[in-house]
Amino acid sequence: MCLAIPGKIVEISPDNQDSALVDVAGVRRRVNLSLLQDDRPALGDWVLIHVGFAMSKISEQDALDQMHTLQMLGESEAVIQEVSGYSADDAPPGGSA
Amino acid sequence: MRFVDEFREPELISKTAEEIRRLAGTDRHYCIMEICGGHTHAIYRFGLKDILPENIELIHGPGCPVCVLPMGRIDDGLAIAQQPDVIFAAFGDMMRVPGAQGSPLEHKARGMDVRIVYSPSDALKLARLNPEKHVMFFAIGFETTAPSTALTMMRAKAEGIRNFSVFCNHVTVIPAIRAILDSPDMRLDGFIGPGHVSTVIGCRPYEWIAQNEHKPIVVSGFEPLDLLQSMVMLLRQLRSGEAKVENQYKRVVTWEGNPAALRAMAEVFEVRPYFEWRGLGLIPQSALRINDKYAEWDAEQRFEVPGIRVSDPKAAQCGEVLRGVLKPHQCRLFGRECTPDRPVGALMVSSEGSCAAYHNYEHRKAAMVTSLSQTA
Repeated sequence: MCLAIPGKIVEISPDNQDSALVDVAGVRRRVNLSLLQDDRPALGDWVLIHVGFAMSKISEQDALDQMHTLQMLGESEAVIQEVSGYSADDAPPGGSA
Repeated sequence: MRFVDEFREPELISKTAEEIRRLAGTDRHYCIMEICGGHTHAIYRFGLKDILPENIELIHGPGCPVCVLPMGRIDDGLAIAQQPDVIFAAFGDMMRVPGAQGSPLEHKARGMDVRIVYSPSDALKLARLNPEKHVMFFAIGFETTAPSTALTMMRAKAEGIRNFSVFCNHVTVIPAIRAILDSPDMRLDGFIGPGHVSTVIGCRPYEWIAQNEHKPIVVSGFEPLDLLQSMVMLLRQLRSGEAKVENQYKRVVTWEGNPAALRAMAEVFEVRPYFEWRGLGLIPQSALRINDKYAEWDAEQRFEVPGIRVSDPKAAQCGEVLRGVLKPHQCRLFGRECTPDRPVGALMVSSEGSCAAYHNYEHRKAAMVTSLSQTA
């Protein structure tokens, strides 16, 4: 729950700009971008994800560093498990803050 | 992107460690609290305690949300889920945390519909998929997770999903720090500030610690180098008699925090007059509850909550460990009755709890040293 997971935005939903497909170490799941509405990420940007919600934009280098840290913390399996568990693939539009 | 497995910049790490030793000197003792459970985990895992000089003592703070949740809240949540057609949904971290009548996992074994979710929006999806059931999301966490719960409730309201509610246990970090600073056995010199909570609240809310309590606080990242650099920043302040808020984690944390996250929290939550923290007791204005606009999605308003209060097992000394008065291994139950496999207290459950971290790394290391010396 407290993991901050770096992911790369590989698709932003055409009908819902608060929903994006991210890639985390090869696993692709949908996350919610509502918390970044003041500074929207673009396709190819990196974000830090908590419990299925992107919390901050980060640089690619910081994303790699964060993945490295998670690996050193022995959390890489937990990361993959968490991301694989995100199931909000059919979230309808709306719900912005 | 690939996972790799070695310390980066080992030279910079040893240089920074040297700087820490130089700054720390030998003339005094320093007590530094890392507030965040993620930092506790990192400190043990990376063996940073072995890098730091002996006169720097790290005290592990209350920033593991699973660990500070009082047992009674777990029993309350499970009591709601005893009712017919209720699904109990929670993060995996919660599943093995014991309530007085057992953990959520044990309730599942007895027939309760308990589901692990990885995001609050997954719990809402469960409600969409199970219209004949009621899904109660057992929400825990500091400001890092509270905005996601808030957004999920906003979506439930917008979509008119009525078979979904949240049992809210969200807590806020600042009042916990205040409670620790106010406690009579307080002996802290400074703080390593939480990294991810601060992405939401920013650095500004810590200013009173520096200004009113004259304690330095450095918001830190999670890598070994981050933590060591934060220690350098703290020691520099302490040596020069300064006390200010500094941000070592600028690549992620801004001074003002995340405004959208703060707006979402303000939309859905209000401050509770008081909330019980494990080990710290009742702390005023230290937690969030759901406001009247979202009453329909508030499990505490929709269901009868027994309001169970359970004291921790008498022999367990979770409170003293949480306040930093005892080290984990000094607890009577540590490593005997209470282990990560059979936890008695919550500090032994989460990998971010100081007892589990200590058990997993220090204890193992000590056991290895003992067995080595026996074979020698």
